[in-house]
Amino acid sequence: MKVLVGVKRVVDAYVKIRVRSDGSGVDTANTKMAMNPFDEVAVEAAVRLKEAAVADEVLVVSIGPESAQEQLRTAIAMGADRAMLATAEASIEPLAVAQTLAAICEREKPDLVLLGKQAIDDDCNQTGQMLAALRGCAQATAASALNITADAIEVTREIDGGLEELALTRPAVVTVDLRLHDPRYPKLPAIMKAKKQPIESIELSELGVDARQRLTVLEVTEPPARAPGTRVASVSELLEKLKAPLGGAA
Amino acid sequence: MTILVLAETDQNGLTSGTRSTLACAREIGGEIDVLICGADCEAVAAEAADIPGIRRVYVADAPHLATVIAENVAPVVEGLAGGYSHVLAAASSQGKGILPRVAARLGVQPISEISAVIDPQTFIRPIYAGNAMATVRSSEPTQVITVRTTSFEPVMESGGSATVEAIDAGPDSGLVRFIAAKLTGGEGPDLTTAKVVVSGGRGVGSAENFQLVERVAARLGAAVGASRAAVDAGYIPNDHQVGQSGKIVAPDVYIAVGISGAIQHWAGMKDAKVIAAINNDPEAPIFQMADYGLVADLMEALGEIDEALSQNNVAIPDSA
Repeated sequence: MKVLVGVKRVVDAYVKIRVRSDGSGVDTANTKMAMNPFDEVAVEAAVRLKEAAVADEVLVVSIGPESAQEQLRTAIAMGADRAMLATAEASIEPLAVAQTLAAICEREKPDLVLLGKQAIDDDCNQTGQMLAALRGCAQATAASALNITADAIEVTREIDGGLEELALTRPAVVTVDLRLHDPRYPKLPAIMKAKKQPIESIELSELGVDARQRLTVLEVTEPPARAPGTRVASVSELLEKLKAPLGGAA
Repeated sequence: MTILVLAETDQNGLTSGTRSTLACAREIGGEIDVLICGADCEAVAAEAADIPGIRRVYVADAPHLATVIAENVAPVVEGLAGGYSHVLAAASSQGKGILPRVAARLGVQPISEISAVIDPQTFIRPIYAGNAMATVRSSEPTQVITVRTTSFEPVMESGGSATVEAIDAGPDSGLVRFIAAKLTGGEGPDLTTAKVVVSGGRGVGSAENFQLVERVAARLGAAVGASRAAVDAGYIPNDHQVGQSGKIVAPDVYIAVGISGAIQHWAGMKDAKVIAAINNDPEAPIFQMADYGLVADLMEALGEIDEALSQNNVAIPDSA
C-alpha cells in the first residue's frame, strides 16, 4: 500500500500570535514555525503503517513556501521515504491545496492519503474532505483509531456524540485527530540523514492548478479583550459572585 | 439571495445547531429553504415546516441516509446547491464533514465557522485558535458556509407554513460502510447549548475525582466539559472536550477546575459570559482569563461547593 501524507508549515502551536496593528494580518515574521500538530500525527500514523509492513512507501507532500522543506525533512527524519514540495504562496487556500493534492494523487496513485483534520492557523478543517470529493473517493475525518490492513481501511472517528466506526473503500482520504497517536521525536542520525535527502520540487502551473485567492481578507483584528478578573479568597465568596450569573439567588 | 440550510437531526428532531444556522441565514437575508436528508423524516420535516420564514423544506428520504455518511449526503446537497447564493450548515462534526465536499464539487472555496455576518458576501471568522478574527469577503457564485452555532441565538418560533417537497435521495455511493456508533449519551444538558458548563482538567487527577466535577455540574444543571489533557488521561470521553479541536461553548457561566488554560482550551470557551477558575497553581494562565479566580485545593473546593449547593439549593437555570 502506498500512503501519501500532507504536511503544512504553520506558526508553532505554543506561540502567542500577534495581530498587525494595521489589520493586515497576523505577524509571522521572526516567529517560530513548526509542522502543524495534526499533520505530525498523520506522519506518525503513516510511519507506523510502514513499520507494520502494511504500507510499502510513505510519500510526504507540502504545498507552501520554500521554507516548508524544513517540515518535509522533519517528516523524513520521522520515517517518511520521499518528499515533494509544491511551491506556492504561504496563504494558498484549501481548495487550491486540495486541487494540488488531487493532481499529485493522479500521478502517484496512493491507496491512502493521511492529513491532519485542520491546520492550527486557518482552522479551516476543509482540505481532506475537498480532496476526497475531487477524487470521488471515501473520507473519514477526525480519526482517533485506525485499523488498516492490506485489505481493509477501518477508522474510528470522533463525532459530536461520541465515536463512529466506518469501513472505507480504497483509495481513501483520512484526516486525523490528535488522539490517534503521540508523534515520535526524530533521532539525531535520522535528522542528519534527512538533510541530505533530495526533495522533489513541483510547480502548481505544471499541475494545472489555479491558486488565485477566492476569498479576500479585508481585515484581521484582535478578538475583543475581556476585562481583567479578580481573585476570590474562598468557595463561599466564589459562589456569592456566581449567584447572579448562575441565574438566581440561593 | 436564496439560502439553502442543510438540517441536522438527532433523537429530539432538529438540532439546536440547525436552529442557530437558521438565525444566521436570517441575518444574511433572502429566501430560506431547508434540506433534510435521512430515513423516515416525516416528523422532522413537519417540525422544520413549522418554523416561520422558511419557504420550502426539501426531504431526501432513503434507508441509506439513515446514518449520516458524507459521501451519500453531499451529492444530494450538490444537486440543489447550484440554484442558491448560499449553502449553510452548522459547524458540527456533520457539517464540517459534508460541506467542504459539496464546495469542492462546485469548485468554490468554502468558509468555515463564521461567527458574524457583515453583509451577504462578508463574514467574520476566528483564526489561530480564536486569537485573531478575520473579516473575509467571498465573490463565489455559491457561498458554502459552516456556522459557529454559539454565535447565533437559535430560532425557536413556530407557526410557519413552508411547503414540504420530496426530492431524489440518489443512490448509496458504496464508498463507505457504517460499522457502529458508540454514543456517550448520558444525562444533563448538551455541552454546546448549556447555560452553565463545569469543566475539569488534568489537575482533577483521576476518573474517580472527576465524578465530583460531574456531581457539582449536576447540582447546577450544567453540562460537563473537559480539557484535552483530561480526555487523554481517560477521565472522561472525548466528546466532552472543549477547545480548538473539540467543542466550542459560550455559556453564561464557565467553571474551569484544574485546567491550566492553554491557548487551545481558551479557543473553545473564551466567549463565555462569566468565567470562573479554581486551580491550585496561582501562576496558571487560566487566572489571566477568568473573571473570578480561586486558588485552592481542587477536591476540597469541589467538596465545599457540592456541600453548599446541596444545602442552598441554588436556582437551576433553564438549559434550553
